[in-house]
Amino acid sequence: MVKTFYGRIMFEKTVTIKNQLGLHARPAALLVKTAERFKSTIFLIRDDLEVNAKSIMGVMMLAAEMGSQFTIRAEGEDEKGAVEAVISVIEDKFYEE
Amino acid sequence: MKSEIVLEGMAVSPGIAIGKAFAYDKEDFWIEERTISADGVEEEVERFLAVIAQIRDEIKETRERLKFKLGKEEIRILDAHQMMLEDKVAIDETVARIREERKNAAFAFFRTLRKVVKALKPLEDNYLKEKLADVRDIGRRVFFRLYGKEHPTLRDLQSPVVVVSHALSPFDVAHMRRENVLGVVTDIGGRTSHIAIVARAMEIPAVVGLETASSQISSNDLLVVDGNQGIVYVNPDEAVLQQYQREKRRLLQQEETLKAVWGVPAVTQDGKQVDISANIEFPEEVDKALVHGAQGIGLFRTEFLYLLGGTPPSEDEQFEIYNEIAQKTAPYPTIIRTLDLGGDKLPGIAPPVPEANPFLGWRAIRVSLTLKDVFKVQLRAILRASVGGNVQIMFPMISGLEELVEAKEVLEEVKEELRERQIPFDEKMKVGAMIEVPAAVMVAEHLAREVDFFSIGTNDLIQYAVAVDRGNERIAYLFEPLHPGVLRLIKLTIDAGHRRGIWVGMCGEMSADPLATIPLLGFGLDEFSMSPVVLPQIKNIIRSVTLKEAQVVAEQILQMKSAKEIREFLQGRLDERLCDISVSPSKRRSQL
Repeated sequence: MVKTFYGRIMFEKTVTIKNQLGLHARPAALLVKTAERFKSTIFLIRDDLEVNAKSIMGVMMLAAEMGSQFTIRAEGEDEKGAVEAVISVIEDKFYEE
Repeated sequence: MKSEIVLEGMAVSPGIAIGKAFAYDKEDFWIEERTISADGVEEEVERFLAVIAQIRDEIKETRERLKFKLGKEEIRILDAHQMMLEDKVAIDETVARIREERKNAAFAFFRTLRKVVKALKPLEDNYLKEKLADVRDIGRRVFFRLYGKEHPTLRDLQSPVVVVSHALSPFDVAHMRRENVLGVVTDIGGRTSHIAIVARAMEIPAVVGLETASSQISSNDLLVVDGNQGIVYVNPDEAVLQQYQREKRRLLQQEETLKAVWGVPAVTQDGKQVDISANIEFPEEVDKALVHGAQGIGLFRTEFLYLLGGTPPSEDEQFEIYNEIAQKTAPYPTIIRTLDLGGDKLPGIAPPVPEANPFLGWRAIRVSLTLKDVFKVQLRAILRASVGGNVQIMFPMISGLEELVEAKEVLEEVKEELRERQIPFDEKMKVGAMIEVPAAVMVAEHLAREVDFFSIGTNDLIQYAVAVDRGNERIAYLFEPLHPGVLRLIKLTIDAGHRRGIWVGMCGEMSADPLATIPLLGFGLDEFSMSPVVLPQIKNIIRSVTLKEAQVVAEQILQMKSAKEIREFLQGRLDERLCDISVSPSKRRSQL
């Protein structure tokens, strides 16, 4: 959905991690690589922690385990595509593990 | 007195180490916080970026150079380090801190990492603990480089210690010295980890896969590392300590006794000489094999090259490895066995098809004959290496004449291609067949016409002959090398080879079983190939008998009806002959 935050317009969506291992190893790397393809700034937000999706260390900090929910928020010219791409990685690609 | 802790892991390098622990990855360093002058800021940023780039290049170079020498675990570590050093967000954040807060680079980077460490530290999850170790590793490397020092390495150890670490990267392993590393203990890893291979080659006792060792052991704890059974005692009580001190002395004495036979030939009392060679899996093991008295490499397993996933190893990559081994081993022979894997273990090369009976399935030579392109690459690499040493080739799991003929045809095609391209190879390179399928034994005389030698693979031969998967614990007791049926198959193979004038060797585990040595000698086996550590023991047994006696023993056991009877008889013969060297065959077998 489109949201405004301090007057800025951005795009965000909430997902649930479904694969057994959470955001481990390959999924984490894949998520970062996907995020890097976009110009927008992309954040992953859980509770009070907000990390940059283009940073492997950030994604590690998020340490999402199975079943955990977090929000993906993007801001920039390709924000909608960015959020959707990250979500589709989480929803399909992880099953290749 | 600290209380005793007993940890169990995987024994990957035999021997016993007793000594003080050195908690390698817990050794911390002090990061000073400095404010730098306004005109020094850009220089500090440059310095930071240069260090990051430098370490990144080093990792890339190591990964490339050691491509086929690293286990999955080490590759994972290198990749994780690489990704962290490519983390633009973390690097930008550090650079911004240097510029805006005018902090020194080490402190600025430390602050970036500290955030991650703080987030990961309280979580009880093995994967995240691994990540935490990765972050600390990378931090140490960057900090030390920024301070203009080399990362303190295992080479700098002042006194001999047992190295304890979550993991050891290839950089750490490269600096290990036998003089100051008594033993190695790690949380992760397995038999094929780089550290395991190097520890075996350097004869440093090692136990890996202990999961929690690095968090439960501190520097200066007293450790007993039992590299035979995979047990680590932390601050053991007096009784355990004394028991291990005694065992260590016993092993040392035994080694001294056996050292005497390292350099002498394996010749019986009445002058019959046999060849004793080594089974190896990695090029690093060649030196050790030769030191222990191996007269060649009787089996070089090539599987590890294919187990890394992704693309099959290139011709040049294989050539480098075969050539290294052949050159080191020359003038003795290096027998290279072509790919001996199940088709299910070739990710990225062939799509896995589920099989109900993988041991009776698409494996070994069957895979090679189907995937001819992959097979030819290996054959070319082996042929090219034949120029640099005494290289011989053998095909695994031959079940009948057609397979052997077809494999030889492919070899001939590859030779023809090399001739056309004027690439040199040994035109007379010897070709052998592994005999490990009972039906092949029954047609061994026909097979013998096609090859220069046989090598009996007892692990599979026994498994197929008695129809027992020894990985199945409920029936593993039926896996019996001394089964009269198995002994007859071996004798038939040797006799068939000799009738056709070719030599017959054995590279299965049975050739390392002290109980089997005398009967095998009596059957006329020409070559015994085994793990380097057991070489001296087997050689000692061969040197203690006459061929005549061995032949009598061989005839006697062929009259016996059960494995139990044969085992008791051979045990008796061995005991009266070998009271001077402590060989415990029953224990040995369980280790194999």
